[in-house]
Amino acid sequence: MVYSLPEEVLEHVFSFITLDKDRNAVSLVCKSWYEIERWCRRRIFVGNCYAVSPSIMTRRFPEVRSVELKGKPHFADFNLVPEGWGGFACPWISEMSRAYPWLEEIRLKRMVVTDESLELISTSFKNFKVLVLSSCEGFSTDGLAAIAANCRNLRKLDLRESEVMDLSGHWLSHFPNTCTSLESLNIACLGSEVSFSALERLVGRSPNLKILRLNRAVPLEKLSTLLCRAPQLVELGTGAYSSGIRSDVYSSLSKAFLGCKELKGLSGFWDVDPSYLLAFYSVCSRLTSLNLSYATIRSPDITKVISQCPNLQRLWVLDHVEDSGLNAVALSCKDLRELRVFPSDPYIADANVTLTEQGLVSVSEGCPKLQSVLYFCRQMSNSALITIARNRPNLICFRLCVIEPRAPDYLTLEPLDVGFGAIVEHCKELRRLSLSGLLTDRVFEYIGRHAKRLEMLSIAFAGNSDLGLHHVLSGCDGLRKLEIRDCPFGDKALLANVAKLETMRSLWMSSCAVSYGACKFLSQKMPMLNVEVIDENGSLDSRFDSCPVEKLYIYRTVAGPRSDMPGYIRTIDRDRVNTIS
Amino acid sequence: MNRKIHPLQTLLFLFLHHTALLARPIFIFYQSVSASLILFSTHLQIDWQSKNSGYLMSSRLLGVEGDGQGNASLLSMESRFQENPGLTERNYLGLSDCSSVDSSTVSSISEVNKNSLNLRATELRLGLPGSQSPERDPESSLTSFDNLDEKPLFPMLPSKDGLCSSSPKIVVSGNKRVFSDTVDSYSEIKGLSEGNWMFGASGAESDASKSLGQVKFSSNSNVNGMISSGGQIMTIKGTASKMPQERPHPICGTNLNNVNSSNPPAAKAQLVGWPPVRSFRKNILATSSKNSDEVDGKPGPGALFVKVSMDGAPYLRKVDLRGYATYQELSSALEKMFTCFTIGQCGSQGAPGKESLSESKLRDLLHSSEYVLTYEDKDGDWMLVGDVPWDMFISSCKRLKIMKGADAIGLAPRAMEKSKNRK
Repeated sequence: MVYSLPEEVLEHVFSFITLDKDRNAVSLVCKSWYEIERWCRRRIFVGNCYAVSPSIMTRRFPEVRSVELKGKPHFADFNLVPEGWGGFACPWISEMSRAYPWLEEIRLKRMVVTDESLELISTSFKNFKVLVLSSCEGFSTDGLAAIAANCRNLRKLDLRESEVMDLSGHWLSHFPNTCTSLESLNIACLGSEVSFSALERLVGRSPNLKILRLNRAVPLEKLSTLLCRAPQLVELGTGAYSSGIRSDVYSSLSKAFLGCKELKGLSGFWDVDPSYLLAFYSVCSRLTSLNLSYATIRSPDITKVISQCPNLQRLWVLDHVEDSGLNAVALSCKDLRELRVFPSDPYIADANVTLTEQGLVSVSEGCPKLQSVLYFCRQMSNSALITIARNRPNLICFRLCVIEPRAPDYLTLEPLDVGFGAIVEHCKELRRLSLSGLLTDRVFEYIGRHAKRLEMLSIAFAGNSDLGLHHVLSGCDGLRKLEIRDCPFGDKALLANVAKLETMRSLWMSSCAVSYGACKFLSQKMPMLNVEVIDENGSLDSRFDSCPVEKLYIYRTVAGPRSDMPGYIRTIDRDRVNTIS
Repeated sequence: MNRKIHPLQTLLFLFLHHTALLARPIFIFYQSVSASLILFSTHLQIDWQSKNSGYLMSSRLLGVEGDGQGNASLLSMESRFQENPGLTERNYLGLSDCSSVDSSTVSSISEVNKNSLNLRATELRLGLPGSQSPERDPESSLTSFDNLDEKPLFPMLPSKDGLCSSSPKIVVSGNKRVFSDTVDSYSEIKGLSEGNWMFGASGAESDASKSLGQVKFSSNSNVNGMISSGGQIMTIKGTASKMPQERPHPICGTNLNNVNSSNPPAAKAQLVGWPPVRSFRKNILATSSKNSDEVDGKPGPGALFVKVSMDGAPYLRKVDLRGYATYQELSSALEKMFTCFTIGQCGSQGAPGKESLSESKLRDLLHSSEYVLTYEDKDGDWMLVGDVPWDMFISSCKRLKIMKGADAIGLAPRAMEKSKNRK
């Protein structure tokens, strides 16, 4: 006899299981568990919006409260994906407005959102709370006005790095006076001025406001007013951080910062005037997150600030920090988990800042908790990489960009194979890796052999032959996302590892040597993959099999080929392939 | 690791050791090639069809390299090149218009390697005196853009202060003009007129079609930027197979004019999307360093990307306004970028493999002045480009649009009024 727990009990038990992986495992146990689980799943994450269709999602999971979608491939951030590629949020939003009246949260990344969709969101979901649009585009401040006006219980409006058509700053005034629920507001990407009085009033009537990221247009003089209205802030993004010579600005600013006892994160800092940096000294000892990546201040100023922040966990800076600044980081910030160093002037040959590999080496030595690194520099050596790997075997994310493509070890002029090999060998938990510099197939051999936990790999201007790609595809068991540009990888490795592609979320290859014929073959063999060929300059119809494709995007899907592609993209149609042959 | 070393590889290695003193960079390259040879012969678990041809290929590449008078340095920069005027240039991906590979030989995949050996013929060369360039197939070379200078595609209002000069011989970046002068005297490299300028400016996102390293021709005959196409030997094998294309395509892209009226070599060839920095970061750095007091003596730092749309074109492009110093340059760059579309319109009916657009037909189309360049300024108004001084234009332009002439008729009077009000 089989005794089973009543549904309600199981549901309650399942409510403690939050990770998607675990939820998926639960749903595989038996049919009744599948049924129970699907009725009580509240959060959905779709890593590739074309891997599944909206109706499949709503059919299986009827009671969802939070949806997160990602659209374009990561390389879209660097202008490698042409405009019009896709990632349209509209069909998803329409379907969700029909099926999920109680939806509370929508998070979109790299998708195209229209004003109509935003209006639909604002009117369809009575209890809508969280809207995060990360690197999205296609909407204007009119759509934001609709959200502000209609979402009575809005808690979070986060426009990180989206491209918004800035029609006016008045949208902010659409928040009704009754709206007091705001907890997080990020408008840093907006260009034009928002109505300051509306902003001030909004901040004043939102006692739960914890995160406020202003845009550049908010002048420094007004910042202290806002801070006085919201001393409970935990994270603040300033606007422009300079002002004419006015002594009262400085004093009121320091006083305001003094009043913010909860402040832990700072960002913004456009147009920094170094003399105002001291104003937030009172906050420094509590700071866990500091983003100075828009601040073109010089190393001594940066060093002064950083040495006041012993509790810093996340630091984003420009390469103006220089090796000396990073040495200071290594000395002072023992709790550092994440470091990102961006290039101030990526297009000139010679750096005018002395940021070398030494900076990263010192941080790796001095910061025992360092897990995540994004580092742009102009020279690197194998010995430095080996040192870093030995110092920091707890690295989870390592993204190194040597600005010059195919730059070798500057000391020995050898490829950086051994250095990166050491990284993957020592850092056994490495989940994300980006390569640069001169690299041969050897580095891929190391990666295939050691990087078993690797989930995302970005390759550019590397490798000699298909063997390199083959090592990666056959060796990296946990690989989910692979993006490649400008490497001499052709058909062989792909065709030899066809089954692997179904275990990955997506593969992007641009300016490589994959032929059209191989794409057709792949498409034929693997019905669960969409093989999309992008060719902006040519006519896809008249391609010969041996023609190399410009850009290739392969992803697994249960939704079949998509229908919203622009003309220069083609999903290789399996039926057509069969009849043409 | 125990490896059986092929005797030939030992010899190769020894040979390379000796040449190390002469050319370290070549040594590195050779070493990596020999490393990959070792891999090829001992570690293969898969039946690689072209195992042998791979070996052949790399040795032939060595041969090609050797011709280059030591210019095969993948790694060293301008200093090397200043010593070697008679250089061969390599676009690191190879161009579709490197048409000396006979377009009628459509090689199968397995023959790709052998075809790639015709690298010599595919090299882009500087039209320097004394250099010899391979015969170019005039048909499949792109439509000659020689005469485009004469009349801009986008007739712009004559600027009040005469900045927008219609004379094509502006000596802003001496690069461009100097080169086209020399080009004229070399008929066999006709294909190397401006149409073949590969633009990799990160602004032109859709142009990653070839995502090429740019070839920048400096007036001092220093070959600078091509080295970002360093290491191209490795990729030529793959990309040579890209060459057969049935239609002539102008290589669309923005013109890289890293204007530096003082001497180079500050500017480099720009690749699309490299280094991988997000565009909002680039724009921000540009405007904030403008505000700072530093005077660098180099041209506008950073980049200022604006979207360019065209009526009838399926998608947008982005251009970096800081890459140009005059309206003329911007205009030519946009011409090239968007001729893809106009040619596409004409040529799509042609049978594949046929060069469907004659030179005169193209010229007519471009010179028909059907299109007008407009921009949206900070106030949200659409204005005709060319009205205001260049600097003012850059600081106020938010996006560009190429309109049909008919649509833009109403703009002219407003533009006049507005500029009157400004003054």
